[in-house]
Amino acid sequence: MKDPASTARWHLATCHGCGLLSRAGTGHAARCPRCGTPLHARKPESIARTWALIVAAAILYVPANLLPIMETSSLFGAQNDTIMSGVVYLWVSGSWHLALVVFIASIVVPMAKLIALVILVLSVQLRARWQPVQRTRLYRLVELVGRWSMLDVYVVTLLVALVQLEALATIRPGPGALAFGAVVVLTMFAAMSFDPRLIWDSMEKNDA
Amino acid sequence: MSLAEQPLVACHDCDLLQREPLLPQGGVVRCRRCGATLLRSHPRSSERALAFTLGALFLFILANVFPIVGLKLSGDYIQTNLLGAAQAMYDNDMRLVAGLVLITTFAAPLAQMLAMTYLLLPACLGRRPPQARRVFRGMTLVQPWGMLEVFVLGILVSLVKLAHLAAVVPGVALWSFGGVMLLMAAATASFDARDLWARLEAAR
Ligand SMILES: [Zn+2]
Ligand SMILES: [Zn+2]
Repeated sequence: MKDPASTARWHLATCHGCGLLSRAGTGHAARCPRCGTPLHARKPESIARTWALIVAAAILYVPANLLPIMETSSLFGAQNDTIMSGVVYLWVSGSWHLALVVFIASIVVPMAKLIALVILVLSVQLRARWQPVQRTRLYRLVELVGRWSMLDVYVVTLLVALVQLEALATIRPGPGALAFGAVVVLTMFAAMSFDPRLIWDSMEKNDA
Repeated sequence: MSLAEQPLVACHDCDLLQREPLLPQGGVVRCRRCGATLLRSHPRSSERALAFTLGALFLFILANVFPIVGLKLSGDYIQTNLLGAAQAMYDNDMRLVAGLVLITTFAAPLAQMLAMTYLLLPACLGRRPPQARRVFRGMTLVQPWGMLEVFVLGILVSLVKLAHLAAVVPGVALWSFGGVMLLMAAATASFDARDLWARLEAAR
């Protein structure tokens, strides 16, 4: 790359809202002249914020998977369901394709998202130069798939609302649902606070 | 050619500054370094986005008025809609989760649809609505939190889980939510912030 011209080098900034390229203002109060979105050459404190959110999400990932997300009591006794036992139930009852969907959305996606974010932040912090295109793609993927982990929160909500037949069965949400919702929100904030342009900054600094 | 003569675009993912090529109608420009989509042009993008949004808004009302699922069980018939489901979580001391469900399936999608209508309808008529900047900013902040497509999948999973308990009757809202999901995907795909702002600026 002969002249990797990033906007920062030309003292320009792109607006995240409307895409307008404008002269980077001085100070923190700079805003896009067209739509008013605050302009940052880079997201502020990107690495520190992303780390904090990753750690918080990783800690909550444990209770999210161990605590019951749903408590069922019926004529046949009481039963506590964790996310994993819900997957097993779907599998045993013959809907293996849905079991797979829930397993991927609730267990694989949050875990993979955390690992991917750690790789991205670490690689930026260590000024790594390998595979910038792939790492940028990885980031886009993380942003794209994160929302699907919300699946089980919705399922529990609908089941709680529908199954209130006192005589036959009652379903109550368990504390795991709260932890799980928190993991989804925290990982979404973590992905938002990471700035993919940092991947390319380390490339340019090493070039110079 | 000098930098001043040709408009520049910067990639939002890798920050590479590049000259803007002439974009054919319906074409896509990708970043030459990281492959991110830089510009996309649809013919009449704002009109299309507006039409899809209005359709989605109409179905969204249906989706919240009618029940999503009903259960038939030994004479009893139980049904719920989205707001009723969130209410049930709230009553079970899960206020944060109820709030999360309400934001991601109701408030955020509704805010996005209303904001898009508020901006696109006057823009298509050649006018600029008051507070356009604020509404646009609010819309970009709210957008990632709308999760209707995940909710629709959640309904399907619930149906399967309930099928062994009782006779499950899919409600009108199930189909409406599916429709909102598809129309909103089409609306965001055809929405072009550059086209919108060009029209709003011309209207001033
Ligand atoms: Zn802007
Ligand atoms: Zn790029």
